[in-house]
Amino acid sequence: MILVGELALWVALLMAAWCATVSFAGGKLARADLVASGERAAYATGALVLTASIGLWTAILTHDFSLKYVASFTSSNLPTVYLIAAFWGGQAGSLLFWTLILSAFTAVAVFTNRDRNRVLMPYVTGTLGVLLLFFLATLCFASSPYERLDWIPAEGRGMNPQLQNPGMAIHPPNLYFGFVATHIPFAFVIAALITRRLDSEWLAAVRRWALLSWLFLTVGIVLGMWWAYVELGWGGYWAWDPVENSSLLPWLTQTAFLHSVMIQEKRGMLRKWNVTLVAATFLLAILGTFITRSGVIASVHSFATSDIGRWFLVFLVAATAITAWLVTTRLRDLGAKAHLESMVSREAAFLYNNVALVGIAFSVLWGTLFPILSEAVKGEKITVGQPFFNAVNIPLGLFLLALTGIGPLIAWRRASIANLKRQFAVPVASGVAAGGLLLALGMRDGYALVAYVLAAFVTGTIVQEFTRGARARRSMYGERLPSALVRLVARNRRRYGGYIVHAGIVMMFGAFAGNAFRGVHGDVRLGPGEAFATTDPYGRAWTFTNQGISEFEALNRRVAGVTLATTIDGAAGPILSSEKRQHVDSRGNPTFEPSTEVGIHTTAKQDVYVVLAGIIGDNVASLSITFNPLVVWVWIGGALMALGGLIVMWPPTEARRAQSGYIAVLRPEHAAS
Amino acid sequence: MTARTKFLVGFLLVADTAGYLMASSIRDTGMYYFTPTELAAKVSTDPGFRDVGVKVGARVVPGSIVRDAAGREVKFVATDGARMLPVVYRGIAPDTFTDSADVIVEGRLDAAGTFQATVLLAKCASRFEAAPDDKYRDTPGYKAATAKRTT
Repeated sequence: MILVGELALWVALLMAAWCATVSFAGGKLARADLVASGERAAYATGALVLTASIGLWTAILTHDFSLKYVASFTSSNLPTVYLIAAFWGGQAGSLLFWTLILSAFTAVAVFTNRDRNRVLMPYVTGTLGVLLLFFLATLCFASSPYERLDWIPAEGRGMNPQLQNPGMAIHPPNLYFGFVATHIPFAFVIAALITRRLDSEWLAAVRRWALLSWLFLTVGIVLGMWWAYVELGWGGYWAWDPVENSSLLPWLTQTAFLHSVMIQEKRGMLRKWNVTLVAATFLLAILGTFITRSGVIASVHSFATSDIGRWFLVFLVAATAITAWLVTTRLRDLGAKAHLESMVSREAAFLYNNVALVGIAFSVLWGTLFPILSEAVKGEKITVGQPFFNAVNIPLGLFLLALTGIGPLIAWRRASIANLKRQFAVPVASGVAAGGLLLALGMRDGYALVAYVLAAFVTGTIVQEFTRGARARRSMYGERLPSALVRLVARNRRRYGGYIVHAGIVMMFGAFAGNAFRGVHGDVRLGPGEAFATTDPYGRAWTFTNQGISEFEALNRRVAGVTLATTIDGAAGPILSSEKRQHVDSRGNPTFEPSTEVGIHTTAKQDVYVVLAGIIGDNVASLSITFNPLVVWVWIGGALMALGGLIVMWPPTEARRAQSGYIAVLRPEHAAS
Repeated sequence: MTARTKFLVGFLLVADTAGYLMASSIRDTGMYYFTPTELAAKVSTDPGFRDVGVKVGARVVPGSIVRDAAGREVKFVATDGARMLPVVYRGIAPDTFTDSADVIVEGRLDAAGTFQATVLLAKCASRFEAAPDDKYRDTPGYKAATAKRTT
């Protein structure tokens, strides 16, 4: 099977080349037989890549340590679930995984469009064939998971214990799905540009893919944050590391696209912009891969420096040049069909939403690439860190949060004064009330206050939209409120799913703002029975008492743990424990450096976060204790965003009905008129 | 003024604010990034450079890590292959910090030539692919495998 897999990889390379060639030729010459051959080649490439992947999985599961990849990332005592995950744990395997997803998505895109978009499809298939060809060539010539060692080790190096966490087993695949799903809209944009069919046809075809990519990126990014928080023990979830940034960049432009696409559908505006956003999202996904794998930018996440960076750089430059050439030669076909009529309109709110999102993306890109840019200009590498990203992105983020509340309230084209009064009264009042309350409670942090006022404003907007919609249904169909709410969402998935995403965003911003009030006690030393007393950000008195240190052996690790009893304002609080673990291999030899299990007590108000830094002598625990306000809302907000995204994506099952009241679902066919 | 012009004015306002914030924070918080060799060269030509906070990217020399029992301080030697740089970091080292890990340290060089680090980032070991050969040669597994081959 392993040999078959290796062979399949090479045949897939040829098949992808065939797919690209005949698809483009078939489109250009209008030859249906060539187009059909190209589509069959796309399916065949998918089957071959799947075979190659099964081959690698077989090698990993049967512990064939003659493969360098298997020996580098697995060992014979690794639990099966992590053996499966080891497939994407390293450079070569993750590239194969990327190719596997791409070939599967390609097959799905070709299949679902077998009776649709027939003019675009040859070029879509061809473009996807070229992308597959690139990844397969990289796999075959630069970074093969099937590379063999010239000797066979009896045991592999095993998987890093930090990766032995369920979050880590699913975080990378989610991001890969998200990154790869950007390839399909890109292929449609290229096809639309080549054929000059730049109306709403391609938009309709890619919206769902863009949403899918957004959904996976969201889940992937939030899981990564969660993993960093519970596993790495530094108490935070985002460090503005280049690799984290490179997952955020396509997310930002994808989010911008999902908003601006509505303006094109509804008003025929922003046509160049939407093409640019789709292409930029794809290029940023590739750039992220380049950053992760080339070693040009020092990152704590990057893969080992390798030649593969050069492959990605050449590909990136070529793809950017081709896209830019196609867009500039087709500018006349991309003219707007309408213009902005008023600054007080939903279009304007959406435009500024795009300005903010792309502004954030630009600053993140700038900060990430600054070492390279400064070296090119001044000959010195200068790096920027958290202060830079906070300085720019907090104001832009708050601007964006405000627009999240304004956008849904304001009318298309031109809002009237009456419209503004009717729409803004409740949300603005809730924002002002929240601000007054927090000031009275003694909150004095400027950015945090602004964030909570805006969060209350946006919450007011969302609640108002739901209640008005549900009431309209109640009076129209005589439904009871709960069922009216459910039907409201079910019948207007895109709109109300979007609001649910917004609700998730509000929670996240609220949680981010809570960081202003972190309570950090970095160096606490407690002998047995000793207690540490402190006050949390809400003004409650806590004590932490060392209940003793225990040492024991578990399945594949030796563990030293400390247990802390707590009191809150004198009453008994949660028991917290933190561990230092030394993983061992099947012979009991230590593998890797010791790792830390963080003790976290989560409530709606805050997380108490305890890290055992070390043990002094026999029994003095050296600890770091942190109060992290509102962290749980990052995860709840993330889950809500994913839920909202799913609702928006869910395919419609019922026949369209007349919409009630002012609620209108905007469909592409209206946009063209 | 048309709506488009008004939008553009607003856009420029946002862009200028963002641009100003970016430029000023780079000026105030940007840090030089050096390899140990570059840092040594810079300090020898400009001794005043010791007081400037810098970042250094290097690899941990295997076996050089000395941790204090409390887990509050680590000493190690970092290298770029050409020059050795002794480093002292006060704080809790991340779990990813190991022998041969690629690290980024932030801090300043003291008069004795030791780098006093206030921030220590270690490359996520998951992705750290050393050539397996050199690691394996010391493991019992490798010895067993080679023993079998020779008999």
